[in-house]
Amino acid sequence: MPKKPSLNKILIIGSGPIVIGQAAEFDYAGTQACKAIREEGIETILVNSNPATIMTDKGIADKVYMEPLTEEALEQILEKERPDGMLAGFGGQTGLNLAMELEGKGILARYGTKLLGVNRESIRKAEDREEFKKLMEEIGEPVPGSIIATSMDECYKFVEKEGFPVIIRPAYTLGGTGGGIAENKEELEQLCYKGMENSAIGQILLEKSVAGWKEIEYEVIRDGRDNCIIICSMENLDPVGVHTGDSIVVAPTQTLRDEEYQMLRDASIKIIRSLKIEGGCNVQFALDPESGDYIVIEVNPRVSRSSALASKAAGYPIAKIAAKIALGYNLDELSNYVTQTTSACFEPVLDYVVVKFPKWPFDKFRTASRRLGTQMKATGEVMSICRTFESALLKALTSIEIKCDGLHIPFVSGLDDERLTEKLKACDDERIFCIAEVMRRELMDVEELYELLKIDRWFLNKIKGIIDLERRLKAGPLSKELVYEAESRGFTDSDIMMMSGVSGAVLQDIRVYNDIYPVYKMVDTCGGEFDAATPYYYSCYDEEDESVRSPEEKILVIGSGPIRIGQGIEFDYCCVQGVWAIKELGYEAIIMNNNPETVSTDFDTSDKLYFESLHIDNVMNVIKRERPYGVILQFGGQTSLNLAEKLNSRSINILGTSFENIDLAEDREKFCQLLAELKIDVPEGAAVTNQEEAFEAVRRLGYPLVVRPSYVIGGRAMQVVYNDVELTRYLKEAVSLSTEHPVLIDQYIQGKEIEVDAIADGEDILIPGIMEHVERAGVHSGDSISVYPDFSLSEEVENQLLDYTERIAKALEVVGLVNIQYAYDGKKIYVIEVNPRASRTVPILSKVTKVPMVKLAVAAMLGHKLRDSEYGTGLYKKSREYAVKVPVFSSAKLTDMDIALGPEMKSTGEVLGIDEDLDKALYKGFLGAGMDIPTEGNIFVTLRDAEQNQYTADILRDYSEAGFKLYVTDDTADFMKAHDIEAQPMDYDTAQKWITNHSSDSSERISLVINLPVVANRKENDSFPVRRKAIERGISVMTCMDTAKVFLKAIKLKQRGVKLKYREITQQL
Amino acid sequence: MMVTADKTEGLIYLEDGSVFKGRGFGAKKTAVGELVFNTSMTGYQEILTDPSYKGQIINMTYPLMGNYGISVEDNESEKIHAFGLVIKDLCDEPSNSRSVMSMRQWLEKNNVPGVFGVDTRKITKKIRNEGTVKCVISTEGISIGEAKRLCDEGSLRGDWMKEAATEKKYVLEPLGEEGRAFNVAVLDFGVKGSILKSLRERGCRLTVYPYGTKAEEILGGKPDGVFLTNGPGDPEEASEAVEEVRSLIRNSELPMFGICMGHQILAIALGGKTYKLKYGHRGGNHGVYDKNTKRSYITSQNHGYAVQHESIILKGMEVTHLNLNDGTVEGMEHRDLPVFSVQFHPEASPGPNDNAYLFDRFISLMEKEGENA
Repeated sequence: MPKKPSLNKILIIGSGPIVIGQAAEFDYAGTQACKAIREEGIETILVNSNPATIMTDKGIADKVYMEPLTEEALEQILEKERPDGMLAGFGGQTGLNLAMELEGKGILARYGTKLLGVNRESIRKAEDREEFKKLMEEIGEPVPGSIIATSMDECYKFVEKEGFPVIIRPAYTLGGTGGGIAENKEELEQLCYKGMENSAIGQILLEKSVAGWKEIEYEVIRDGRDNCIIICSMENLDPVGVHTGDSIVVAPTQTLRDEEYQMLRDASIKIIRSLKIEGGCNVQFALDPESGDYIVIEVNPRVSRSSALASKAAGYPIAKIAAKIALGYNLDELSNYVTQTTSACFEPVLDYVVVKFPKWPFDKFRTASRRLGTQMKATGEVMSICRTFESALLKALTSIEIKCDGLHIPFVSGLDDERLTEKLKACDDERIFCIAEVMRRELMDVEELYELLKIDRWFLNKIKGIIDLERRLKAGPLSKELVYEAESRGFTDSDIMMMSGVSGAVLQDIRVYNDIYPVYKMVDTCGGEFDAATPYYYSCYDEEDESVRSPEEKILVIGSGPIRIGQGIEFDYCCVQGVWAIKELGYEAIIMNNNPETVSTDFDTSDKLYFESLHIDNVMNVIKRERPYGVILQFGGQTSLNLAEKLNSRSINILGTSFENIDLAEDREKFCQLLAELKIDVPEGAAVTNQEEAFEAVRRLGYPLVVRPSYVIGGRAMQVVYNDVELTRYLKEAVSLSTEHPVLIDQYIQGKEIEVDAIADGEDILIPGIMEHVERAGVHSGDSISVYPDFSLSEEVENQLLDYTERIAKALEVVGLVNIQYAYDGKKIYVIEVNPRASRTVPILSKVTKVPMVKLAVAAMLGHKLRDSEYGTGLYKKSREYAVKVPVFSSAKLTDMDIALGPEMKSTGEVLGIDEDLDKALYKGFLGAGMDIPTEGNIFVTLRDAEQNQYTADILRDYSEAGFKLYVTDDTADFMKAHDIEAQPMDYDTAQKWITNHSSDSSERISLVINLPVVANRKENDSFPVRRKAIERGISVMTCMDTAKVFLKAIKLKQRGVKLKYREITQQL
Repeated sequence: MMVTADKTEGLIYLEDGSVFKGRGFGAKKTAVGELVFNTSMTGYQEILTDPSYKGQIINMTYPLMGNYGISVEDNESEKIHAFGLVIKDLCDEPSNSRSVMSMRQWLEKNNVPGVFGVDTRKITKKIRNEGTVKCVISTEGISIGEAKRLCDEGSLRGDWMKEAATEKKYVLEPLGEEGRAFNVAVLDFGVKGSILKSLRERGCRLTVYPYGTKAEEILGGKPDGVFLTNGPGDPEEASEAVEEVRSLIRNSELPMFGICMGHQILAIALGGKTYKLKYGHRGGNHGVYDKNTKRSYITSQNHGYAVQHESIILKGMEVTHLNLNDGTVEGMEHRDLPVFSVQFHPEASPGPNDNAYLFDRFISLMEKEGENA
């Protein structure tokens, strides 16, 4: 049946802010869905609070509401728009949960809106553990022995019967939040309590563990006529026990015979049919490698991270097709987007191997537990494609941006045998390197490793093959055959040089004379059976090159790689905008990126997509193939910018700001010198190499100080220290972090932090807007609440900011984008940091000011002048509405991570709150961020000495007067007394008890924590467990008084029952 | 570009003169055959033992072969019928609890040559653009000149079904204890084991007849239904079989079900025509639309010829199944008689099990005829 005629207007729910378990994949899915629906001539209404997305951009949906994803907001929007249908399956768990609420409460029916694609019944059956189990039993699909529990008693009984280990999963959560495997009673209690807390309905599932079985996934699509197809099968290298989001995943399955493959295929189809899902669905199985028995682990009744991966892996646009199905189409009525001539009702075949490798945030969170389990911890992932498994794996490792050379990482190589074996067993993020090292040292053979890890022998043998090849390279001599073999199995030039001891010149000669260079093959969904039209390529060592260089002048955009803390979806936004601008300006736009979750790697975004590692070897190979006019590095964040030096030294035309100037901005010493020449202030500082020098500097500068290792950007390992003890401790850690570099000690400017993004063309600049932070300098800009336009700066300060920005841009000869962070202490403006690239705030400012920043930047790079554009130069006019960016953290998922704000970035995503009234915009921001806003109850307060001042007292008095009861620790009690604020004493132990209080008696509960810790990142610190416990239970925690101050504004609005107005973004601002 | 080992012993030579050098494995042997490609990502053992591949050299599009080894259970017949195997990457350390040997050992044992390390995608695209070609595969280190000579001299046969079929009639009892057993006469053109299994599992007692068995003899066995199997070669060269099938239709009103070659022979017997496809359908991923159920199914495919649409609709036949990619005939049924056939493989093995319902349809036709009788 073609499209349902009754559908003229459809509302799509986005997934909101990026959190672990729900990342860029939903921007990709939502963007595809909007496009698929719009091409049918249906009006699309999009609601998403996340500004860093392509889907909320002009031209994707007809109307965009950048509003909190709350029931209240949606109801108002539904009332106003009265859409015929609503799509919730593209907004992740957030979208689904919201849709369930709206439908359950009859709100959808009230406005005549039909839920499309999924129905309440199928969501419930798929997501409610007991319902799911019942359904599986009905259709004869095996599930593990399990119970649903809402109390500890039930848990004890289950374990008594089934024994350990058991898996605990909370119902209705993202990325398995709060789940885990319990091996003993203690772990059981810990996980069960947490699970019940985390579940939206206080339910957990206890299940007999099948850890060690193979984990297999299928992506299935079903249409309204019950036609079903499998898009992709995937096999996890890590057996059951590690969350699939944290597993190395391979597509298609490698170790399954056809009979086994078909058995699970049949089961997947049976399951999607029983759930009556119209659209996409992901089914996960555990398969016993010995008996061939299987069980169904779980089902995601919607598009997911896995389906984004499957789409990119197979070349099949799952979200697009799922959206068409939701409109009423059947699979056999649609055509394959890739071949354009064959049917969409087929099953893609791959003629390559795909490896997905997760990106974990442990480099940022030094206290967080690295152990992998059923709770997902990765923030992003990379995907690689090649014709052999070895090369796909090694290519993925060159994409992941960690300090590794192939299967070597220095830390693991440096461990003694005993500690290596220990680490191997610990199942952490570096396990694959441990396996390689164990093989290298011949501590265990494949069989022993299999017995220990249950990683399929096939994978272990492949890794062993890589180690054997390493040995042959080391043994020499280096023949052309060996070079070819090593290159085609994924070794980089530097790996080969390092292992063989042959110089780069010799290796290059061998490669040149024997023409050992990769060719590019197309991802075409059909293994070459049909002619394909999509320009989606990957590199491999083979005979035929399918990538034909067009005669067009071309520009290469380097993407931003995996999503991580500090470099998120906003850079993908910039890359995609960049590609569109390049096309508009008449050039062929080529993109190179390795992140399967993104819009940039969708096959119809650019003129040509190279799904490749961003390692210099791979980038140069693509440049060799395409010979672009220039390469743009500004949009892909630090990932692409880090290539500047290498490309510059190879005489590649870098468009925009030159490498020398990028280097000038990033090298602190040179940069300070430049600013001194410009007579622009920077916080005073010193570079020290030992303790004596450090304390010498302290005498001169005085506390507080910001300390950090040199030449590290993005606030990594940066800290504010207030005294000698903290400084000494920091120096010990920092020096071990980066031995050959000195530590930088700077004055900590206690003042307002201001962020300016500008576009420069070499002569003029345009500042679309100034953003002012709520939190004072010292909190990482990515973690602060920031407001556009600035709300407390005088015109004089604004003009000075414009002047500084102009002069800096000119001095650095910036062409394109530049981001500058300033601090203002009420007297002077200081420059904190200059980033000669796109920044986190570019999508926000582009959206709220309507200045197409990336497009102007591209134009500037290609010689167009700002003064000729309609947006002009200087400081762009201010909007009359406020836009408040509120950061969103995934803290609850990373156990043992400190949530206290500081100079190191910790947030994973952000939302925007927009309103004419600043307080209301803040309120919307907090709502959008999903923070619990209490209107009454008890607040636990504890303050470090440095914060015990009048400013703090005023804020706390306000809380008290707003009706909250304050509880304080001993060290804060005197301060409260001195300021005459009513407060009761409470120790940390009691605070913890009140925080975790399960009883219905609300008088002994904590509804908000205001905790300004003395030291962050210190697990043994008294206040650390209080912060952790609170955040794990969804209680808001303020670790900065500035945040607490504005949070109270939201509380007061909520107390007054103020009705917010939700408006379309095109009408706003 | 490719750098191949100096000790190149694997050679693929195509009749248009193109050469692919790789590494040989399996038997030390040289063979001439028709080069075809298969897009299945699993099921290499079933494919290689499928008698329909007799005379053909198979280029697998999925690059990693031999991953899960060779099992005892997965054979479609007692030996490899394909003349050679061309792959990208060979796995010598298979992993699967059912595996009893590696692909390399298995090809050796079956005396079949294989070549790995060649650009199988380039070969696939070549076949896609130019059609299936005559080809020489050698693992003996022969010269290109020698390969050319063998290629020129060799001719491709179309009558492999005569050899692929059983030499002697045999009987297979039903599997399991299904109610009443149907006697089914199986006309063998090179049958796959899983077809026989699918019928036996549904309570059929099978009498399998050699190629060219006379209609009278078959009817003499008093069957409840007739089944026409798959098989290798060109259906136009199966004139003896065509004749007997025609006679069976004329002289009985028995339910009849044909698969693949059986479907093509049935079409010709009814007065229709077949033609050679440019490069055939070989894999497990094509969607096929069933007009009767108004639904689409994913199918297992292996055929180089197809039934001409117009040639059969005037001969009492209705086209029931269409390939969603190219619109070719994938199935048909008689307007009056309980006779139907499909081009694809409902027995799967390898490939999706979506179409097993067709065997049930055959059973219900026999049940209905039994009631009428």
